[in-house]
Amino acid sequence: MKITVASGKGGTGKTTIAVNLALSIENSMLIDCDVEGPNSHIFFKEPMVKLKDVSIPAPKFDLDTCTLCGKCAEFCQYNAISIIGEKLLFFEELCHGCGGCKIICPVNAITEVDHNVGLIEKGGTEDLPVYHGLLNISEPFGVPIINELKQFADGSKVTIFDSPPGTACPAVEAMRDVDFCILVTEPTPFGLHDLTLTIDVIRQIGTPFGVVVNRDGIGDDRVDRYCENEGIPLLAKIPNDMEVAKLYSQGIPMVTGLPKYRELFEEMFQKIREMV
Amino acid sequence: MVKELTIISGKGGCGKTTIATSFAALAKDHVIADADVDAADMHILLQPEIRKSEIFHGLNIAEKNDDLCINCGKCYENCRYGAFDPDNTLHPEKCEGCAVCELVCPVDAIKMVERQTGEAFISDTRFGPLVHAKLHAGEEASGKLVALVRQRAREVAESQGKGLILIDGPPGTGCTVIAAMTGVSLVLVVFEPTLSGIHDAKRIIEVAKHFRIPAIACINKYDINMKNTRDILDYCKGEGIEVVGKIPYDDTATDAMMAEKTVVEYTNGPLSQTIREIWDRVEKAF
Repeated sequence: MKITVASGKGGTGKTTIAVNLALSIENSMLIDCDVEGPNSHIFFKEPMVKLKDVSIPAPKFDLDTCTLCGKCAEFCQYNAISIIGEKLLFFEELCHGCGGCKIICPVNAITEVDHNVGLIEKGGTEDLPVYHGLLNISEPFGVPIINELKQFADGSKVTIFDSPPGTACPAVEAMRDVDFCILVTEPTPFGLHDLTLTIDVIRQIGTPFGVVVNRDGIGDDRVDRYCENEGIPLLAKIPNDMEVAKLYSQGIPMVTGLPKYRELFEEMFQKIREMV
Repeated sequence: MVKELTIISGKGGCGKTTIATSFAALAKDHVIADADVDAADMHILLQPEIRKSEIFHGLNIAEKNDDLCINCGKCYENCRYGAFDPDNTLHPEKCEGCAVCELVCPVDAIKMVERQTGEAFISDTRFGPLVHAKLHAGEEASGKLVALVRQRAREVAESQGKGLILIDGPPGTGCTVIAAMTGVSLVLVVFEPTLSGIHDAKRIIEVAKHFRIPAIACINKYDINMKNTRDILDYCKGEGIEVVGKIPYDDTATDAMMAEKTVVEYTNGPLSQTIREIWDRVEKAF
């Protein structure tokens, strides 16, 4: 089974839910898809070890052959190539690696080389492996890394994906092709607003989902009322507990520091299993 | 020249919008811009009255005419994003808009078509003009929409003679963040004294360094973990980054949000005082 933990708003507790759920159930693994700011590994003692680089194909220009005809620059939808005067300029960070420039070049002046955009690391234990990806500083597009990360899902295990925040392409990629999505929110105006945005996305993708209210006790009951009106299952409420916040700040999972919370995650998983 | 300040943190939920909306209330002679286009929240506290809206077109997307298709398989072979099945069925939601399929199709069965992927707004608020946007659910090219928001904010600043643009940034380090940061006069990095918060803030400082953008920092909820707060202060000292203030954990921040007000409007208490002091130092840092 594959479960993604997502939320529109950042900092609502995606990583908390993902890590503690993985620790509370048998035979699980964790894949952190927030390649711009992965945090799951912080809650595991074992070091992360590099598994592989992630690259996309990028054009290499043979300037002796190039006639500066400008067809590649005109074609590139991402404005990664431009011809200024007698010079061809290539902006590697804007390239999506589609290969169109190579196809369109009339004199075969373009070959492709690997452009490194980030890497994938593995940690955790044999019982609970943890994978994450890191987008290189100054690289804009993390989706190719997320796609490769998803390949590490082991069909014999319950795979928990920790999604990036937002509702744009990286988050969509993490919410696609899974059996269930847990949407984490907090009971505040910001929390509810961003939850509704995420629900718009998840309904388009079509993945079954339920909501977890984190830091319950702050704010009010607006998320409860919304879920009831929309017929959305409420999977759990995690109380606003200063002890939990302190453990979090030190990188200690709440089910390790406060074992009473384990039951909450076991029940959450039970509810999900009944729905999938 | 118009000055631009972007508030960022790497990790979400560190208090960017709480701080940015308070700055919006305190600043004079400024334009406000919400660059978190896929989960914008500033409008909840600023209650804008929309004066002007415009449609945003992201990248064009492939559209296939099955009547013309001869099932040659060239689109499937050349698409690198998995938008075509082996039987040449197109999945538009996986299209990245590269137009390679249109290029290789021998019978012109594929056309790249324009589509609306978001909206941008210029609004009035009780603290001055706000430029904001809404990316449609699950769309691409959010960095381009951020660039549009910043461009419109500059135009408003120029036409109304405003000297400052306050930008509430998105989380992460990718395209939206880069679009929200490049070329600004100063970034304020909001640290949270948690290992996650520190990890992500350090990454965003690396991004700022890469693009040679001057950075200052503040620590939110500093008293949650004093050891981590000391580590942040040491780190910033080592990096030559000025720490312009430390904000204590205070439930008043949530109370203000529930009342849909900025912190500095909602209370005159210690939280509000600290944010005012930080704003004074930010103004001096320019």
